[in-house]
Amino acid sequence: MRKVAIYGKGGIGKSTTTQNTVAALAEMGRKVMIVGCDPKADSTRLLLHGLHQRTVLDTLREEGEDVELEDVLLGGFGGTLCTESGGPEPGVGCAGRGIITSINLLEQLGAYKEDKNLDYVFYDVLGDVVCGGFAMPIREGKAQEIYIVVSGEMMAMYAANNICKGIVKFAEAGGVRLGGLICNSRNVDNEREMIEELAKRLGTQMIHFVPRENMVQRAEINRKTVIDFDPKHPQADEYRTLAKKIDANDMFIVPKPMEIEELEKLLIDYGIAN
Amino acid sequence: MTTIAKKKKAVQMDPTDVVQDLLKKYPTKVARKRAKQIMVNEAEGASTPEMGANVRTIPGIITMRGCTYAGCKGVILGPTRDIVNITHGPIGCGFYSWLTRRNQTHAETDADENFMTYAFSTDMNENDIVFGGEKKLKQAIQEAYDLFHPKAIAVFSTCPVGLIGDDVHAVSKEMKAKLGINIFGFSCEGYKGVSQSAGHHIANNQIFKHVVGTEGEVKVGEFKINLLGEYNIGGDGFEIDRILDACGITVISTFSGNSTYEQFATAHTADLNTVMCHRSINYVAEMMETKYGIPWIKVNFIGAEATAKSLRKIAQYFDSPKLTERVEAVIAQEMPAVKEVMDDVRSRTEGKTAMLFVGGSRAHHYQELFNEIGMRTISAGYEFAHRDDYEGRHVIPEIKIDADSRNIEELEVEPCSENYNPRKTQEELKKLEESGFKFKEYAGMIPDMPNKSLVIDDLNQYEAEKLIEIMKPDIFCAGIKEKYSVQKLGIPLKQLHNYDIGGPYAGFKGAINFFTDIDRMVNSKVWSYMKAPWQENPELSATYAWE
Repeated sequence: MRKVAIYGKGGIGKSTTTQNTVAALAEMGRKVMIVGCDPKADSTRLLLHGLHQRTVLDTLREEGEDVELEDVLLGGFGGTLCTESGGPEPGVGCAGRGIITSINLLEQLGAYKEDKNLDYVFYDVLGDVVCGGFAMPIREGKAQEIYIVVSGEMMAMYAANNICKGIVKFAEAGGVRLGGLICNSRNVDNEREMIEELAKRLGTQMIHFVPRENMVQRAEINRKTVIDFDPKHPQADEYRTLAKKIDANDMFIVPKPMEIEELEKLLIDYGIAN
Repeated sequence: MTTIAKKKKAVQMDPTDVVQDLLKKYPTKVARKRAKQIMVNEAEGASTPEMGANVRTIPGIITMRGCTYAGCKGVILGPTRDIVNITHGPIGCGFYSWLTRRNQTHAETDADENFMTYAFSTDMNENDIVFGGEKKLKQAIQEAYDLFHPKAIAVFSTCPVGLIGDDVHAVSKEMKAKLGINIFGFSCEGYKGVSQSAGHHIANNQIFKHVVGTEGEVKVGEFKINLLGEYNIGGDGFEIDRILDACGITVISTFSGNSTYEQFATAHTADLNTVMCHRSINYVAEMMETKYGIPWIKVNFIGAEATAKSLRKIAQYFDSPKLTERVEAVIAQEMPAVKEVMDDVRSRTEGKTAMLFVGGSRAHHYQELFNEIGMRTISAGYEFAHRDDYEGRHVIPEIKIDADSRNIEELEVEPCSENYNPRKTQEELKKLEESGFKFKEYAGMIPDMPNKSLVIDDLNQYEAEKLIEIMKPDIFCAGIKEKYSVQKLGIPLKQLHNYDIGGPYAGFKGAINFFTDIDRMVNSKVWSYMKAPWQENPELSATYAWE
């Protein structure tokens, strides 16, 4: 079983990319579980055709100790298994602690057990690694490979670099590795070249360049992945390609995060300044 | 026959060498920091050395200090009988701060409330941390109200409350409006400040802001005082009350031993504030002077002589021949019994030595009692005091305000438009001061300590053991965390946070209790049996055949 975590700047398209990729993997016959690590609990919406109604933390709160795996794990598109940690409303409590609690509970309930015959677990984690809770999926060997969703926008690249710093920290202790950058295009000038260069500097690869396409939005408004909504659309093939590349990926490295000056220079060299 | 180990005599070492010895094992940086908090007293003759105090404890050192929550809930508000004190946090914080200081209280009638025998807590669990604990806090307040209908409810924040951002003040305000009783919160998360001292300050501020002055005069009397910084440990407050009552002095409020909500609320009707524990309560004294015009003086009821001195000081303030006469009569009546025990005990304790590492006043006050039975304090220090408690209040303007202190709210206090009433005219104050009377004066511990004694702030486990090894005191005074490790070294330890099972030690009868307890401890043979006979002398001895 491969355990994959997807990180990236908030709003970059992590959940959309993850679910489309997972849908493509499912189409290939892979057995995939997806764990949403975001208090908003919207990481599985496209696979479930609607919001997951019973998050792990809500269930834990309501049922006390009597929680069954079936209560929190739902079947989604193509035989995928979907679960959401959930968490507090904005501005209260501690979402980070929630993620830790919820992942521990999933383990205790045997969500990752051999008999589940899973090929993949995907963790979709909110935003930057703001505190210990959001680093949970890469701590203690929970996720082994990480993909960072990035675009050619400056702050997205900043965030990617910062996440790499977090990976370095946990790579030493827990053995987690970076599998590559996924460029979710924002149609920035020289975007492909710039992200390829960023990947090179970090010591990794740009595993795939996902072009910007309105179909993604349209599928999303219909609560579906592109693969589900319009399987013949060229964008569906993009996600299929990404899924194949991840499935075949064998480049797992400890990244070399850049100094801020170096990162800024990269942006200038590739024309963001103009 | 059992051999009794001979009492080892203290090695006569120069105090400067002792300091060097204490610091020797530390890494350079740690030694440099600790050196600022370890002083050889040269107060007599020379100028008082500057004492490093109220600074962060070095991580990894086993400190004797407590946390901010302990200072706020455990020390200041804990001894109050009729406020429901709710700890907002996991259960341990509430449970382990529950009556651990043996604060006593006496509800006068069956109808009087006493909540001190209850430990109230919201018992936060993982769910409350993740989803926020405000709802649970509201429920707890409602439940406490429904069960007890108290006059007031206080809410104390523990560490996780600050981390997840529960707003205890907003909840308190909402519930106060809903229930119509006084409800107030304390942002006294354990991690704030460098020690429990921060908690005292936070407690002072909130009590002053939310309670003091909210009710009108209740108690009448000719000579009305507040007793600040007296926590009725082992019944100290009862003994002081007994003496003050015999003198005809009315105690309007005690902060906070054996206290009630009403006492705090009417504290502004007293005519004099007397401060026992300067460190924990001087803030309230200062603020009450500014807002209500009540002067404050430092007193000390620990030690028979000190008690007499404090009573005379109060009498002098009120400037009434009647009171002076009565005070003298009480002293004359009480002293002979104290003297008798004092002289008897002294015959067995004279020349023995003590070390005191406790509190923010106690390490100073208890030297009085030891002096009275001829025992010398060779080393002392506070856990959480500030420079002024060591060197005297004149250093306050020089004290650097660091980020940790800035973290605590500083109240802006102005004279109260209704209740400001200077108790003495400027001329009266001047006249008293000219006759040697000192207002808002505390000279600190250092000037009262013998020359060449060691003053050590924020002592830690390593230094305690080292000090005992080098200086071999006859008794060590500290708290429960130190008690058994010190006693394993063969030195009796008297707890001055909670008096073990003893007390009261304040006032005249308290002095008698203290003398007999100390006599029993330092003259007990039990410490000489620390080593088994075979550890002293082998029961069998032999030689090798080839020797």
